[in-house]
Amino acid sequence: MRQFSYERAIDPAQAAARAAEVEGAKFIAGGTNLLDLMKLEIETPVHLIDVNGLGLDEITETDEGGLRIGALVRNTALAADERIRRDYPVLTRALVAGASGQLRNKATTAGNLLQRTRCPYFYDTAQPCNKRAPGSGCAALSKGAFSRQLGIIGTSEACIATHPSDMAVGMRALDAVVETITPTGLTRSVPLEEFHLLPGDTPERENVLMPGEMITAVALPAPVGGVHKYHKVRDRASYAFALVSVALIRQPDGTGSVALGGVAPKPWRSVEADAELPNGAEAVMARLLNGARPTEENAFKITLATRTLAAMLAEE
Amino acid sequence: MQFNQPAGDNLFDNARLIGRPTPRIDGPLKVSGQAPYAYERHDAAEGQLVGYPVVSTIAQGRITGMDTSAAEAAPGVIGVVTTLEVGEMPTPSGMHTAPLFGGAEVWHYHQAIAVVVAESFEQARAAAALVKVDYDVTKGSFDLEAVWQQKKDDNSEPVARVGDFETAYQAAEVTLDQEYRTPSHSHAMMEPHASIAEWQDGKLTVWTSNQMIEWGRQSLATTLEMDADDIRVDSPYIGGGFGAKLFLRADAVMAALAARKLQRAVKVMLPRPMVMNNTTHRASTIQRIRIGAQADGKITAIAHEAISHTLPGGSGEDAVDQTRKFYAGDNRLIVKHLAEMHLPEANAMRAPGEASGLMALEIAMDEMAEKLGMDPVEFRTVNDTQVDPENPDRTFSDRHFVECLRQGAEAFGWVSRNTTPGGMRDGQWLIGHGVAGAYRGGPATTSGARVRLQDTGRIIVETDMTDIGTGSYTILAQTVAETMGVDLDAVEVRLGDSDFPVSAGSGGQWGAASSTAGAYAACIALREQIAERLRVNDPETLSFANGAVNAGEKQVTLASLAADGELVAEDSISFGDFRDEQVVSTFAAHFVELGVHVGTGEIRLRRMLAACDAGRILNPVTARSQVIGGMVMGVGAAMMEEMAIDTGRGYFPAHDLAGYEVPVHMDIPSQEVIFLDTVDPASSPLKAKGVGELGLCGVAAAVANAVYNATGVRVRSYPMTLDKYLDQLPAV
Repeated sequence: MRQFSYERAIDPAQAAARAAEVEGAKFIAGGTNLLDLMKLEIETPVHLIDVNGLGLDEITETDEGGLRIGALVRNTALAADERIRRDYPVLTRALVAGASGQLRNKATTAGNLLQRTRCPYFYDTAQPCNKRAPGSGCAALSKGAFSRQLGIIGTSEACIATHPSDMAVGMRALDAVVETITPTGLTRSVPLEEFHLLPGDTPERENVLMPGEMITAVALPAPVGGVHKYHKVRDRASYAFALVSVALIRQPDGTGSVALGGVAPKPWRSVEADAELPNGAEAVMARLLNGARPTEENAFKITLATRTLAAMLAEE
Repeated sequence: MQFNQPAGDNLFDNARLIGRPTPRIDGPLKVSGQAPYAYERHDAAEGQLVGYPVVSTIAQGRITGMDTSAAEAAPGVIGVVTTLEVGEMPTPSGMHTAPLFGGAEVWHYHQAIAVVVAESFEQARAAAALVKVDYDVTKGSFDLEAVWQQKKDDNSEPVARVGDFETAYQAAEVTLDQEYRTPSHSHAMMEPHASIAEWQDGKLTVWTSNQMIEWGRQSLATTLEMDADDIRVDSPYIGGGFGAKLFLRADAVMAALAARKLQRAVKVMLPRPMVMNNTTHRASTIQRIRIGAQADGKITAIAHEAISHTLPGGSGEDAVDQTRKFYAGDNRLIVKHLAEMHLPEANAMRAPGEASGLMALEIAMDEMAEKLGMDPVEFRTVNDTQVDPENPDRTFSDRHFVECLRQGAEAFGWVSRNTTPGGMRDGQWLIGHGVAGAYRGGPATTSGARVRLQDTGRIIVETDMTDIGTGSYTILAQTVAETMGVDLDAVEVRLGDSDFPVSAGSGGQWGAASSTAGAYAACIALREQIAERLRVNDPETLSFANGAVNAGEKQVTLASLAADGELVAEDSISFGDFRDEQVVSTFAAHFVELGVHVGTGEIRLRRMLAACDAGRILNPVTARSQVIGGMVMGVGAAMMEEMAIDTGRGYFPAHDLAGYEVPVHMDIPSQEVIFLDTVDPASSPLKAKGVGELGLCGVAAAVANAVYNATGVRVRSYPMTLDKYLDQLPAV
């Protein structure tokens, strides 16, 4: 870990302004990912702006009949919220499938969206990684590399890392919108669909946030009803990142939405694939994973995603 | 004390404490955080500095230059020791293989090449990242499959050959010929390697975490080219080892070198990624098993051939060893190959050899039973042997494997299982049952102890024996209290200090049998001293009970005997050749029930049962802990544990506890352990054998066989992750 300076921010606009002003600054909230990365010198901020005191820790109702989740709402609190459990149960199920109780107590809504990949080569600073050290190459794509956990779609020649979040997969199925504040005090709303960037040849750029811009909330639209499920498949029963996870919202008429985790650099969903839901899992995945470019080690994820969705549809 | 013949009737046959369920006496210290583990021994030495290791980032080659100037200039840094300035140091023979430190040669990824020492951990870690290293890289080979293709079927130098395997196999009515694969495993113990070193007047003290104190002390002496008598090693509490701490490791060497150079106490811990790639692991294996049998199930021919990787000079994983002894069969062929690779060092991990070997052999036995149309319990029973199959004149000292199978099957309800693979469902879960046999040697080795009778009547026992979480403290207290006729809480156990008599240490599941025998020997020496004091010619006529000794009409308290000063007695048990003239081993049968999700292939265990035959069980509480811990490790081996190899770069990339998964609580269902009521007089005066490794042996295969029973899909490659069978599962 490199030496860094530290300050507590007073309000969101001031926090964003400070982050833009100090080169190499980063926000810190729960710290459950950032501190680990700093210890390994994968992240090397020179200045930390603590946003825990900003008061963005409420869940409030929106004018549209949805919910606005403050950036600092802890994963535990979000999962346990009565309104979330009643009207957006796919989100609760996704949240409690992630991490451990202790981590969820600390981890925040915004931080969860911004967590970095768990690719083992990203984590080893001795190895090339275009995400960590742009231009150094991708160790995961070299001959003999270990790629079983990594991405199969939306990836590039430069990077095959996945986004590790469960929460974001649930939010993606719910058409969530990310709300931010910029260093000049302006606010904007970005659909979650557009929030994370695909790697292309700049895998170090993972989202649309501009320097200093800070997430203030995630808004959920009015409840859509239906049956909500989240199935996270992994090698052990708990406390592991997904091989594949499937968020499913299914209406009585058989329509609905499907989002995948563990397969791509962002929660993976498409309206074309959703439209196939009445036709079954094979039809959905044929669309959703069309164009997948898995490695030999992770090609099973296509079969796994299909079978997982099929099992979720069959158990109703 | 010489143990030169099987134990006759003795005090342990009518024991008060030995064999009784006894909670561990060190438990309160551990659960209240007061047991001092190596890294937290803040009071052991004044002014401790912290060293952070710098490790190689290539698999093989030479260091051509190191620049430590930025590190040395970093805040808080007191000094740096590099492998180049130290130069090559001698490597102890018969212990670890790779050099731990010193010289320019890089043998493997994450070899320790420098240690940066600072006032704080954070300063040392930050500075360590500033060390620049240049290498000449040698291109290595890390593909075990490729070497296997070259070496398999080369039977020119068999480990053992009995009868005519080839002819018998050809003639057999039912045959099996299959390959099995096991991956590399990390010990993944809770406490990483850690040491504090301090020099005073040319003498070195190392507070560390080590299973084998005397091996560690001697290895330090060899490595540092100094007199072992000038070294003290202290390791009273150990947060798990599983073999990773059998030998001297780089943490202790770096701490000693840095402390000598800087003339301050220095402590060094290996961060988790370095545990995977800097220290040792269980080597991956490829195994071929051929079995031929008559239609009645009698094995007539058995061959086990295996390859594993190792650094040059190492011995790899001995996956074939148990097959030499476990099952009958007149014609036998055992072949072991080594593939020399510059991966991190392969060395002993819990049940070295048997753990991997039984993962293969016990699937093969299941497959054979199916081919024969026999119950797998019955097939194993038919092929039980009471003699060494390679040398029928040599008998097992005490073998009850068939009873393990029978009692286990009965308690588990084996007979009522579904026998049609893939034929039992519970909602979306395919339900399966599996069984496997377990075999592990029951070694014992020389072990010493000292007992000190205090004027309070308390007895202190001192031995360099270690407690790696196994319960050594408790069984030694039980042994001494039993032998001296005092209450358990009148005994204080002191362990892990090289100032104490040399013991067997903890490894190879020899610790319990050996160290309790050593403590018993010391107590007998104390009883002889007491007899002398009381002017009794035959110590055997004395009886010890209730804190007193009875000599005929006369009763004297132990406290009064030490009124003029403590009585100190020391002895060591050594085991005679007669023990090796028989086969002393331990046995078990493991039963598993599990579900496999028909859609996703996820495996969830439902219940497990082990029936164990390991001689007298000294303490059913700690023994059970050993066995259920082993069962958990076996579940890990079956379902998830794998140090995948990057065959291009030559290292284990998933080198933390997020990448190397071990079971969590949710993976472990109800566990039942049955200990057979057996004693093995050939093993030790206490007629006991170890269980610490037995609990792991065979477990993974029982899981694998249950997965087959559940799904009808036979997986012969561990871990049995869903990607290996998903496409063969029935439609959702």
